[in-house]
Amino acid sequence: MALLQIAEPELPAPPHGRRLAVGIDLGTTNSLVATVRNGIPVVLPDAEGRPLLPSIVRYRDDGVDVGYPAQAALVADPQNTIVSVKRLMGRGLADLSDARRFPYRFIDVPGMVQIETRAGRRTPVEVSADILRTLRLRAEAALGGALAGAVVTVPAYFDDAQRQATKDSARLAGLNVLRLLNEPTAAAIAYGLDNAAEGTYAVYDLGGGTFDLSILKLSRGVFEVLATAGDTALGGDDFDHRIYCWMLETSQVGPVSPSDTRLLMLKAREAKENLTAHSTAPIVATLSTGETIQATLGVATLTAISANLVAKTLGQVRKALRDARLEPRDVKGVVMVGGATRMPQVQKAVAEFFGAPPLNNLDPDQVVALGAAIQANVLAGNRAHDEDWLLLDVIPLSLGLETMGGLSEKVIGRNATIPVSRAQEFTTFKDGQTAMAIHVVQGEREKVEDCRSLARFELRGIPPLVAGAARIRVTFQVDADGLLSVSAREQTTGVEASIAVKPSYGLADGDIARMIEDSQRHAAEDMASRALAEARIEAERVVDATRSALAADGDLLGADERTAIEAAMATVQRLAAGADRHALSAATAALNKATEGFAEKRMDRSVRHALAGRSVDSLADQ
Amino acid sequence: MIDFSQDYFALFGLPRRYRFDGAQLDAAYRALQRGVHPDRYAAAGETERRLALQSSARVNEAYRALKDPVSRAQYLLSLQGIDALAETDTALRPEFLQQQLARREEIAEAQVECDTAKLGSLLDAARQDIAALDVELAERLDTDNDLAAARDKVRELRFVTKVATDIEAALGEIEA
Repeated sequence: MALLQIAEPELPAPPHGRRLAVGIDLGTTNSLVATVRNGIPVVLPDAEGRPLLPSIVRYRDDGVDVGYPAQAALVADPQNTIVSVKRLMGRGLADLSDARRFPYRFIDVPGMVQIETRAGRRTPVEVSADILRTLRLRAEAALGGALAGAVVTVPAYFDDAQRQATKDSARLAGLNVLRLLNEPTAAAIAYGLDNAAEGTYAVYDLGGGTFDLSILKLSRGVFEVLATAGDTALGGDDFDHRIYCWMLETSQVGPVSPSDTRLLMLKAREAKENLTAHSTAPIVATLSTGETIQATLGVATLTAISANLVAKTLGQVRKALRDARLEPRDVKGVVMVGGATRMPQVQKAVAEFFGAPPLNNLDPDQVVALGAAIQANVLAGNRAHDEDWLLLDVIPLSLGLETMGGLSEKVIGRNATIPVSRAQEFTTFKDGQTAMAIHVVQGEREKVEDCRSLARFELRGIPPLVAGAARIRVTFQVDADGLLSVSAREQTTGVEASIAVKPSYGLADGDIARMIEDSQRHAAEDMASRALAEARIEAERVVDATRSALAADGDLLGADERTAIEAAMATVQRLAAGADRHALSAATAALNKATEGFAEKRMDRSVRHALAGRSVDSLADQ
Repeated sequence: MIDFSQDYFALFGLPRRYRFDGAQLDAAYRALQRGVHPDRYAAAGETERRLALQSSARVNEAYRALKDPVSRAQYLLSLQGIDALAETDTALRPEFLQQQLARREEIAEAQVECDTAKLGSLLDAARQDIAALDVELAERLDTDNDLAAARDKVRELRFVTKVATDIEAALGEIEA
């Protein structure tokens, strides 16, 4: 793969073994990629020096445009130019109360909605992957090599289906996802580490299409999320839409065409942005019908027509405070994130609510990507000695199971710290019953129909016993990305019940594999050489991890164990120099296997060390 | 790796008691997470990543169980073979039930009338009950080792805690 090398003679070369890692903010309106260079997080601009990539994808007859070129075609080609795709992630057509607002040709299929474009049907996952791929190529060009991994941010209030869709999309774009990170938490990292803050903070994140509010406690290098609330369908777009409706109303214009809608939405956004610096904004537009719209929008009018949107966000602020058992006065500062927080009426409302001016000394458009880059750098193994901070995040929505009568029984409550795992026991209600259907939902409401359906599981292979005798233990596990997995076991006989997962909105693994194949066939990339490069990165990562483990804790091993590990490592290194990626992957897996016992011993030691450190800590508390 | 056979108190190096220093639990929790959290092993091998996920989830579960008074008391009793909140046996003292049902009615009334002052004073009353039950539970569990009495008090505490949460939610709804 040809990569553009950018030489930076004034900068020292990265120390050997440093992994290229990036943080990506996949936004509704704009996306960014950032990395840590010489200890400082920086946004990577495109070749023209622009930091933002408009999250817009245009499907042409002979290719795909992403970003500014796609933006230029917004009005001319509305049905093939996709904006705000983030609002569609993990969503079915029935979920989209505002579907009429989009000029696309939606296809109502079971599960996630699809869009008919000139280039064929596209899922939101594929459209997002086109944006992520552009950012990956931008980063690889700027950093001069393949990426070891990326942290991709998601709204804290994204549910499991939306998170899974984002992760699938990153995989499709050829990214190794180190972690899905919540956007407000990313902002808190960038902000907290920059200001050495301590205490309880709120992050008010109003993006293009989503709103999040997180309450975090920062103390001694631990970022602990106490509560999170939000709305994944509320953002700057909705303010634009209010202005758009106001324009139609004041100028008495009837229903307009898709491309006029696009034009007026653009004018609405321009006017909104103008009002951050001016008290009035003139609006002039000529429609395709020849009609002219002329109006002047003032701050007072914008405040009035958007008052209930701002009130909606404050309702979520109250909810999060209640969940964290805090009052507004307990919050030491409010960090403002997202371009939409530039609106003066939003700044004012937040300041009034908390009784303190909000903190906005970091660029609200960039702070999420910068925080993600810091986290990516640490996760990739580039942690500096003084970077001993830890992040403890939560799951935003309760996970439950459908019980008799269509009610949801909560298994894991909202705001539980992740990773989390919980087991629930079930029994059969008929003699000889060998299968059981389980329906997993997410949400706070009591009725299953008011919650989001995540998946239906069929447990099979339950031993035939009398009713009530079988005991089936179903374990729910939510990992550090906030993603759910489920396993089940029959307790009395120890039979592992097999689970057939039918994700309600996600894509099955086969779909992803097909899409990856498709995209690689279409992309002008050499598939085989990319796969080999990826296998080499993985091999290098595992060899590196093993080598530093041996250096740090080699004394835990007997001579035989050490010899076995070193032999496995030598094999990986020998094959990494060759071109057989299958042999290399097998050798890497064998090395992983050979170090299993060692890994357990190392974690034992790490825990002992952590606890020893703790007694010093608790003395200091007294 | 943490020892999964250890009880939650041993895991955090705490005495097996209802009452202990909360700051010590917080400090031990953070220290353990520093050792086992998946973020510390994102660049490690597969085995370490899996162990980290399991260990970290266990530490979170243990912390949650000990942090909350109802689940802590319930857990202490379960270590002695008593299922305090078994669904088959939910009997409460009649006097307690009567008092709580009367209070529930008052809450419902105040909620309909959006009487935040009344809801506020009912919340204070519930919180006083919670504090009194907390003291009593500590005595039953840590001093007398009277498990039967402790079991009754856990149920009452759970009941009153639910009442307090419902009042808070009602207040929140009126505010919004």
